[in-house]
Order: sequence, then structure tokens, then C-alpha cells
Amino acid sequence: MNPKVIYALTERYLLLYTRNPVRLIELFFWPIVQLIVWGFLTSYLQGQAGGNFPKVITFLIGGIILWDALFRSQQGVAISFLEDVWTRNLLNVFAAPVRMTEYLAATFAVGFLRVLVTSLLMIAIAWGAYAFNLFQFEYALVFFYANLVLFGWCLGVLVTALILRYGHGAESLAWAVPFLIQPVAAVFYPVASLPGWLQPIAHALPPSHVFEGMRHMLSQGTVDWHSMWVALGLNAFYLTLAGAVFARTLRVAKQRGLLVKVSSS
Amino acid sequence: MPQPILEVSHIAKAFGDFQAVKDVSFTVHPGEVVGLLGVNGAGKTTVMSMLLGLITPDAGNIHVFGKNFAKHRIEILRRTNFCTTYAALPSNLKVKHNLRIFARLYGVAKPNQKVDEMLELLEITRLADSITGRLSAGESTRVNLAKALLNDPDLLMLDEPTASLDPDIADKVRKLVRRIQRERSPAILYTSHNMRDIEEVCDRVLFLHKGSILTQGTPDQIVEHFDEDDLENVFIKVARSHEKEGEE
Repeated sequence: MNPKVIYALTERYLLLYTRNPVRLIELFFWPIVQLIVWGFLTSYLQGQAGGNFPKVITFLIGGIILWDALFRSQQGVAISFLEDVWTRNLLNVFAAPVRMTEYLAATFAVGFLRVLVTSLLMIAIAWGAYAFNLFQFEYALVFFYANLVLFGWCLGVLVTALILRYGHGAESLAWAVPFLIQPVAAVFYPVASLPGWLQPIAHALPPSHVFEGMRHMLSQGTVDWHSMWVALGLNAFYLTLAGAVFARTLRVAKQRGLLVKVSSS
Repeated sequence: MPQPILEVSHIAKAFGDFQAVKDVSFTVHPGEVVGLLGVNGAGKTTVMSMLLGLITPDAGNIHVFGKNFAKHRIEILRRTNFCTTYAALPSNLKVKHNLRIFARLYGVAKPNQKVDEMLELLEITRLADSITGRLSAGESTRVNLAKALLNDPDLLMLDEPTASLDPDIADKVRKLVRRIQRERSPAILYTSHNMRDIEEVCDRVLFLHKGSILTQGTPDQIVEHFDEDDLENVFIKVARSHEKEGEE
């Protein structure tokens, strides 16, 4: 992989944010709205419970901040690809001396930077408005974020492959896919609360282990390392799978002329 | 005769039942401008897309700079560039930003310096800070050409560079291509629907029809082959025969 190529592609995606205020609003608007909604809900529940407010309910705020990391990471990959489709730049990039790995690495970097920016903002708001300190998770927070960002990348790559394969009709998946897995990702409730037949699906997804780990830490005060390592192992598997799916889709797209079709339509 | 820059042997491509390219072979030598001519659907863009690695041929081989394209894609693309009406530079970035990014993608040693040089060569220095999406068609074409020349390509592919340009700008683009060919002598593969482009710019023409090379030669030889007055009449004759075949 050539770092200069990755840097150039990353710069191109980041410049889009500075040149388009709508992109910046999109980056900040939804995280803030979600945090306000869930923050007020938590405050309301806290008021209702009076002095008996269980600390564990604060996981609603923790859940929304961490969920946003997964969502932003996924969006970084999928939207970067869509930007190339929308601006009819895809052919310029794919006919340039750019390896598939370099292209994906650049979208990963964009995803990571999106997570960094929105997370810092959300952490600051949660601390200022609701006295919720995400840094109470200490070094476990690094594992939480790492696992969510990795899984966001996996979803982003899979969505990109789907758009490449099925064209513009599949664009809405860039926003829909994370929310398809949210109900079974144990973001706001434990895996145990899901119907029995859904629990194996939840256990097969890295985010459920992260959110279970977060709740475990809030209630027990200790890190559930087992959950973290399981999440990391699952992410390694999904990232390999997503890479293989993307490589195959790109090969099929070149065989069927889909790359030219998606880019020029 | 020097080694060809581009050597295409028996390439073919089908999309489902439609045979877009059938057994096409040709070579392009250093400093040569070869035109790909043909009606819509003749297979010009498919051929170019295969040469850029955007479409995989079903059969045949492509060798560029003596190397197999499928095996040395990155190495070959570093010395190749293209400009097509089917792609655009990101419309919301400034011209200089777009060019700098592509200079880096193509491994240009001093990107900023090279961008300035290209802007000057194409006489568009004043557009450096303009938003790419707000350029006129003529300005846009010249910016795309600047992108295509950033890495001083040894093989340059120009896919309908004068499409949608007024005659004045189209004339300037043709002169520019000739100038580039004179001063830098890359091998150029040029597609166009504009017969004047082909007559003025190309040393040799490959006439594609229904995915195959119908005939090839200098523009004069092609005209003579079809017993017509000029290339435009040749084009019309082939297009009409194509229509008749379709009706039958």
C-alpha cells in the first residue's frame, strides 16, 4: 500500500466537508439531536425514580454515544464511495494507479476521523448537559471504540459492495443497514431481553458484546474482557469477509461493466 | 519500427447476449495518434474501458509498455492517463485541489509545481481557485485534459474530448492535442464523433463497427476505401448500413 495515495484520497474526501456546509451539518446535526432526545429521556426517568434511580439507566446515554461511533464509521466508508458516484468521479479513481486496499484504507481513515469529531462533541455535550462522563470507562473505552469502528468499517465495505453490484437503487442501504442490525445489537437493552431465537444472532455481532460490556462495567464496575476479545475476534472475521466480498464484487463489476455503468449513469 | 506502446490482441467482450467487442487487435506506437471511430454502440468506449482496467475482457491480451496489463496494472496506470466525457472531477472542489489530488494519486514528485505547470500549459491559470462544477464545458474539458497530462503519460486516452464543445473551443482542443503530441510525443488513442477531430488530429484511424474493426488506415485511406469524399460521408454510410441491417 502506498501511503501517499491513501493520503491523497483521504484529503479529497475531507476537502468535500470543508467545501460543503451541508456535509458538516449532517455530521453534527443527527448526533446532537439523538443525544438530546435520549438525554432528556434519561433525565425524565431519573426524575420519576427520585433517589432510587439506578445508575445502570445511564447506559442509554452511553449507548447512544457509542452507537454513533459505529454509525459514523460505517458512513465514512459508504458515503465516501457514494461521493465518488454522485460526482461521477468513480472512473477517474478506479482508472488511476490506486489499489483496492488503498481505496478502502482512505475510506477507513475518513470513517475514523468522522467518529473522532462527532464523539468528542457528543462526549462534551453529555458531560456538560447530563453529567455523564464517558471516560469513566477508562481504558476499556479504547476497546469499545475500536470494536465499534471496526464493525462500522465492515458494514461500510459490505454496503459499498452492494451499491457497486446493484447500482443507484441500493444507495439507501448506506443509511439503512446500521439500523437493520440495531435491534439485535443490544444497544439499549441486554441480549437476554431478546427472544431466544434472536439471541444467537445478537451474539454473532461484535456490537452486542461491546454494549453488554458497557452495561457490565456500569453495573459491576469491572471490565468484561471476555466480551471484548470475542468482539475483536468477530471483527477480524467480519473484516476479512467484507474484504473478500468487496474484492469479488469489484471483479464481477469489472466483468459485467457495472463500474462504468454506476459511474456514468 | 519501435516497440509498440500498446498492443491489443484479439480482445472480446460480451454483456449477456450482446457482443460489444469481437476479436479486436491493434497496436499504437510512440508518438502516434490513433483514432477510434464508429457509430454509437460500435464498441469504442468498451475498448477504452478495457484498456483502463475498468472492464475485464472475456478473451485476448492487452500489453502496455511491453507488459501484460492484467499483471502490471498499477505500474502501467502510473504511466497512462485519460480524459473522458463519462467521468468528471469532483464538482464541489477547487480546480487546483482536484488537480493536486490526482497528481498525488499518479505519484507526481512535486504536485503543486506540476499543477501550476499544467494550468499554464492549458492557459487556465486563472481557473485555479474556481469551483470545478461552475466551469463552462470548454473550461471543464481543459481542466480534465490538465488532469490527464499531470503524470506526463506515455499513453494518453482521450474519449470524445470535444463532445459538447462549440466549434471554436473544439478547434482549440484539437490544436492543443496536436501540440501535446508534438512537444511530449505520447502515444494517443482518440475517440470522437467529430470527423474533423479525426481528420485533423489522428495519424491513423480504426473504424469500429458492431464491435469489430471494419477497416483501418490513415483518414485519406479510409475515405478512399469507402469511395467517399470525406470521413463524414464514410461515417454516415456505415451508420445507415447499420440501420438497414437493424431493420432487416
